[in-house]
Amino acid sequence: MLGFLLRRIALAIPTLLAVMTAVFVLARVVPGDPAQVILGDQATAEALAALRQRLGVDRPLPAQYVDFLSGILRGDLGTSMVTGKSVWAEVLAVLPYTIELTLAAILLGILFGVPLGVLAATRHNRLPDALTRVLSLAGLSFPAFVSAVLLLLVFAIELRWFPVISNPRSGDLLERLQHLALPALNLGLIMTAYITRVTRSSVLGVLGEDYIRTARAKGIGRRAVLWRHALRNALIPVATVIGLYLGTMIGNSVLTEIVFNRPGLGKLILGALNQRDYTLLQGLMVIFAGFIVLANVATDLAYGLIDPRVRAR
Amino acid sequence: MTEPVLAIRNLAVEFRSRDGWLPAVRGIDLDLAPNETLALVGESGSGKSLTALAIMGLVPGPAGRIAAGSSIRFEGEELVGASEKALDAVRGNRIAMIFQEPMTALNPTMTVGAQIAEAIRVHRGLGRDAAWRESERLLDLVKVPSRRRRMHDYPHQFSGGMRQRVMIAIALACRPRVLLADEPTTALDVTIQAQVLGLLEDLKREHGLAVLFITHNLGVVALIADRVAVMYAGEIVESGRVEAIFAAPKHPYTLGLLGSTLRIDRDIEALQPIPGSVPAPGALGRGCAFAPRCPRAVSRCETEPPPLEAVAPGRLVRCWMPA
Ligand SMILES: Nc1ncnc2c1ncn2[C@@H]1O[C@H](COP(=O)(O)OP(=O)(O)OP(=O)(O)O)[C@@H](O)[C@H]1O
Ligand SMILES: [Mg+2]
Repeated sequence: MLGFLLRRIALAIPTLLAVMTAVFVLARVVPGDPAQVILGDQATAEALAALRQRLGVDRPLPAQYVDFLSGILRGDLGTSMVTGKSVWAEVLAVLPYTIELTLAAILLGILFGVPLGVLAATRHNRLPDALTRVLSLAGLSFPAFVSAVLLLLVFAIELRWFPVISNPRSGDLLERLQHLALPALNLGLIMTAYITRVTRSSVLGVLGEDYIRTARAKGIGRRAVLWRHALRNALIPVATVIGLYLGTMIGNSVLTEIVFNRPGLGKLILGALNQRDYTLLQGLMVIFAGFIVLANVATDLAYGLIDPRVRAR
Repeated sequence: MTEPVLAIRNLAVEFRSRDGWLPAVRGIDLDLAPNETLALVGESGSGKSLTALAIMGLVPGPAGRIAAGSSIRFEGEELVGASEKALDAVRGNRIAMIFQEPMTALNPTMTVGAQIAEAIRVHRGLGRDAAWRESERLLDLVKVPSRRRRMHDYPHQFSGGMRQRVMIAIALACRPRVLLADEPTTALDVTIQAQVLGLLEDLKREHGLAVLFITHNLGVVALIADRVAVMYAGEIVESGRVEAIFAAPKHPYTLGLLGSTLRIDRDIEALQPIPGSVPAPGALGRGCAFAPRCPRAVSRCETEPPPLEAVAPGRLVRCWMPA
């Protein structure tokens, strides 16, 4: 298992390198001089030159590229142009809130999505199946920020069950859960819709497999066959989808964090964009890329745990 | 003949289509005595697997079903229309089945040991450890080498022949009275085939099993079967003792299957001198189902379906113009 994990991580390195290079190039082709953006139109030539030197943007591109990569290798993502704090400090200050939100959403998605998908598959072409299909399609086609606003209107403003502004820093566990509930539900609903659909089609496929018939021929009841034989095999594609969806999830969490006014990577990105904080943006892109690669490794790992054939390869 | 363990009467299996329910198995009668091996032969699509699945109560629904008026009695107990619970108590316990395709018949995410032990625990009520030890004994019985280690392996670590042995171990786990073997060796190469057949033969002798052996391979039939039933388009067209049928086939279809020269190592497909193929369930005419392909057909064959009639003791033929 450890060897399998190491192989997967080694395979991720070229991907990461390609992404870093893309980030570097992107940050350089963006029009405008960062020193000018920071200091404004009134800045003197000396001040601009001094800042350029401090930012390192006056050096030749290959040298900058080497600096950039070696910085990343040392774990140094530079400092924010606006606050002067290190990118890591900015990120670490809000990262736990985004992780909390994402994990809660995935958990909700699995908790609701897997049973719903199984229900739909076992009642194939009957009412529960039709209902879950319609609902999950609705869940997927609904924009995340619209559902966020609706949730706010109903549960925070009308019913007053949850706070309007999600403040993850507040008080005891119960209170924190209350603040987490609506944003997590918003993302979790999308996740549920996704997982329901994938689970449904995956279970349907697996139920037609020969080994399911073998299990029935052994005299194992329908229910036990479903849970013991079908589900484990059906979860393989579900794990993939969760992994792949993490990327999309980050985009949706940006929108969700903005609507609920909740600190996190999403709001950090928005701030960096508004303030043209190029170094922070560049650092954030590297971190996001790292996350997505990590999510992929985690997905492969989940495969390995579920499917013995993958472990062997 | 002794009292049959399995008595099938008027078994029909049908599938839903745009034109309503179409029969794929059309009213067959079969008796299986203890210690007997009955071979069920016929071309692809003649309904052999469906017959076995019907006995197991595993006709793929909801598109397929056993038609009203069918009867399958096992040790006097009616299986058609029995509850799922009653069927679960019989399946894998007193009637077991081995499937055609060993590569896909085992669960890829469960160890082989767990898959054998599962049946034992469900039917024999043994605890985890006892079931595990019993599974080891079964792997020994079907001659899987270094079984202690193999118990923890997954199916993908086994070859086709070894997987089929595992399937046999699962089938025998609860010492069934009847074994339905659906082309258990077709997917295997010749030497492995011979080993698996030998193994089945030994086990049958030791356990007093009744075996319904489905196959394409007439060489295998000659080797292991006591009686043969030949199926065509969902019907039995000829049945009798192996020696009698091989010596003098009566039905033109059986004749065609056997061909002019019978060779032990040949497959039906390789010999097949019959032009055309088995008609689909919806495409049957009024008369004999085989008439369009039959070299002996006369006008009566086109208009009137022949009945299955005794031509000698224990010998049945469905033909207006038997040889
Ligand atoms: N799931 C199904 N849906 C519709 N028709 C089916 C289905 N399964 C089988 N049939 C019909 O029943 C016929 C007999 O099928 P069966 O599997 O019993 O054939 P077989 O004799 O076992 O053939 P083979 O030697 O290829 O295994 C097929 O030709 C097909 O028309
Ligand atoms: Mg078949």
